[in-house]
Amino acid sequence: MNQADFKRLSLILLFMPFALWILLLIILPHIGMGVLALREKVGPRVYEFGFGNFIDFAMEPIYWNILFRTGSMSLLVTALALIAGFPIAYYIAKIAGRRSRGALFLVCLIPLWVSDLIRAFGWILLLRETGVVSSTLLWLGLVDAPVEMLYNDITVVIGLVYTVILFMIVPLVSTLDGMDNAMIEAGYNLGGNGWTVLRRIIVPYAMPGIISGCIIVFMLTAGSYLTPILLGGKNSSWFTETIYEQFITRYNWESGAAFGFLLLAFTSFVVWLGLKLSGQTLAGTVARN
Amino acid sequence: MTSKPDFDLECSNVSKTFGPVRAVDDVSFEIPSGSFFSILGPSGCGKTTLMRMIAGFENPTAGDIRIKGMSVLGTPPNRRNVKMVFQHLALFPMMNVYENIAYGLRCAGAGKAEIATKVKDVLERIALPDVGEREIHQLSGGQKQRIAIARCMVLDPDVLLLDEPLGALDLKLREAMKIELKLLQHQFNTTFVYITHDQSEALVMSDHVAVMNSGRFEQIGTPQQLYHKPASAFVAGFVGDANRWNGRVAEARDGRARVETSAGLTLTCTPGSGQTFRPGDAVEIFVRPEFIRTSARNGQDAANDGAGDDGLEGIVDSLLFNGANSRALVRPPQGEPIEADITLTGGPEDIRPGETVRLSWSPDQALCFAVGTAPR
Repeated sequence: MNQADFKRLSLILLFMPFALWILLLIILPHIGMGVLALREKVGPRVYEFGFGNFIDFAMEPIYWNILFRTGSMSLLVTALALIAGFPIAYYIAKIAGRRSRGALFLVCLIPLWVSDLIRAFGWILLLRETGVVSSTLLWLGLVDAPVEMLYNDITVVIGLVYTVILFMIVPLVSTLDGMDNAMIEAGYNLGGNGWTVLRRIIVPYAMPGIISGCIIVFMLTAGSYLTPILLGGKNSSWFTETIYEQFITRYNWESGAAFGFLLLAFTSFVVWLGLKLSGQTLAGTVARN
Repeated sequence: MTSKPDFDLECSNVSKTFGPVRAVDDVSFEIPSGSFFSILGPSGCGKTTLMRMIAGFENPTAGDIRIKGMSVLGTPPNRRNVKMVFQHLALFPMMNVYENIAYGLRCAGAGKAEIATKVKDVLERIALPDVGEREIHQLSGGQKQRIAIARCMVLDPDVLLLDEPLGALDLKLREAMKIELKLLQHQFNTTFVYITHDQSEALVMSDHVAVMNSGRFEQIGTPQQLYHKPASAFVAGFVGDANRWNGRVAEARDGRARVETSAGLTLTCTPGSGQTFRPGDAVEIFVRPEFIRTSARNGQDAANDGAGDDGLEGIVDSLLFNGANSRALVRPPQGEPIEADITLTGGPEDIRPGETVRLSWSPDQALCFAVGTAPR
């Protein structure tokens, strides 16, 4: 076997797991979902090709509501995660000493050692009517009766921000880390105050990290299932819940598959819009990190 | 009023300590308006800390810094009219050239029309009139340099600080930029404070140079003074090349000292400024290669020597050919090889390795300093 063949073989072997993963776990299921979504049930075990599932969605305002509600709340979560995550990332990348940086990063990672489900239950323990917060308030005499803090939108948003903020911090830290401190000093030296330096220098420099963090966080939030269900209860009206209902409760796989594609199309559209508005490219942001 | 308006920048007894480390130790100097002042020192001598204190990024532990006669100690960096060219320039990569230069003017609240005229004007002065719309990464190293200077000069600063900005450039460009910086300084007629570890940069460009070593100024003077009348052993060794011997004073009188070197040579030399010796003192002797005359041994012997010149014989070890700056490495009977400047014409009279030659120099050009006592 000559050198070229060997190189080619090692390339194929290295590439194989990735190719299998993409093919078997991403492309094939999506083809299956696509086929499912594009067939209409006309009788028991009788199907024909058509856009009926999508038309059903379009004709029903409640589905639109849920989709937009999911989208707007995800955007809110993304914005809050950015506002809360940026100072943390800035502190880790620029202010903290070399040694404390690692420790701080580790502290940020600790919640990831616990599964989503357990973390959501943690919130429930804190916020339910008989939970820690409610009983403390009662004991302090600040409220007269137990307070139910679960099952509302604020709790869902807080829980989601908590779940996803790490995915905002990591890309931000890595972009801010690459920024020369002299750039910030130059910003001050040339007469800028703290606000000008942040607005004209730090944020524009960190833009690829900001956009990449926002895309990841938005996609994770819009596609999340556990946190909205557990913290929002029956009324959370999250789009993933609707999809679950179609598949499992109604046993209507055709419509569930169509909804899945709609969510994918909707979130992709929002990401595309965000990239267009901020003047960034996908390759320049997510791929950079 | 203590202010002397002829000085753009004055530092008096400035010190800075980081924990137990004294990075800058009781430094005082003043810089006349419109001059080119360099701070020359090896890396880690505290020159960058000194510059960061002038710019306002560090606060001095003690002492005062005055700009145009006014103390700036309580003034934050963005309010000081001192602009800085950073080591790696720190141009903003997300802005084009125009925006980079306009940034400072925007911060100062200038109007749109004013910004446009000023940017156009400064770009013309640095001879890059058409680069306004270019991105930073499209510029060459020398162009970036000039943009970084223009970005500061457009704000009309009292003092421009330059922190080894030529360090990242290749040799040819660095030589060209040296001359260009000097011309720019003339053109803008602003006080430049230039920090460098490269003595040739400091000597070529500056009106005055301060030599800094481990937090203190060893000497402030014109490049000629530093070169010909160094005030300390450190300056003599750091500025320019020199052959160096360690020895003990055998006899000292009439402004001359006779020194026995540790290798066993006996040399006559002149004590450096402000130095007096008694027999037995440990000293260091410095003789610059260009003050050493080299003559072939054949026949003339000491005929070439001037009255009272020191001289010794040696064998040429090797020739370091570098055009007009060629050197010979001559091995004397005892001790380290001596470097001497020679002229190589390519003709038959050239010195060749292996020949015995006579080296001679005037005792006026051999300076000696007490070991380990730099002036405080």
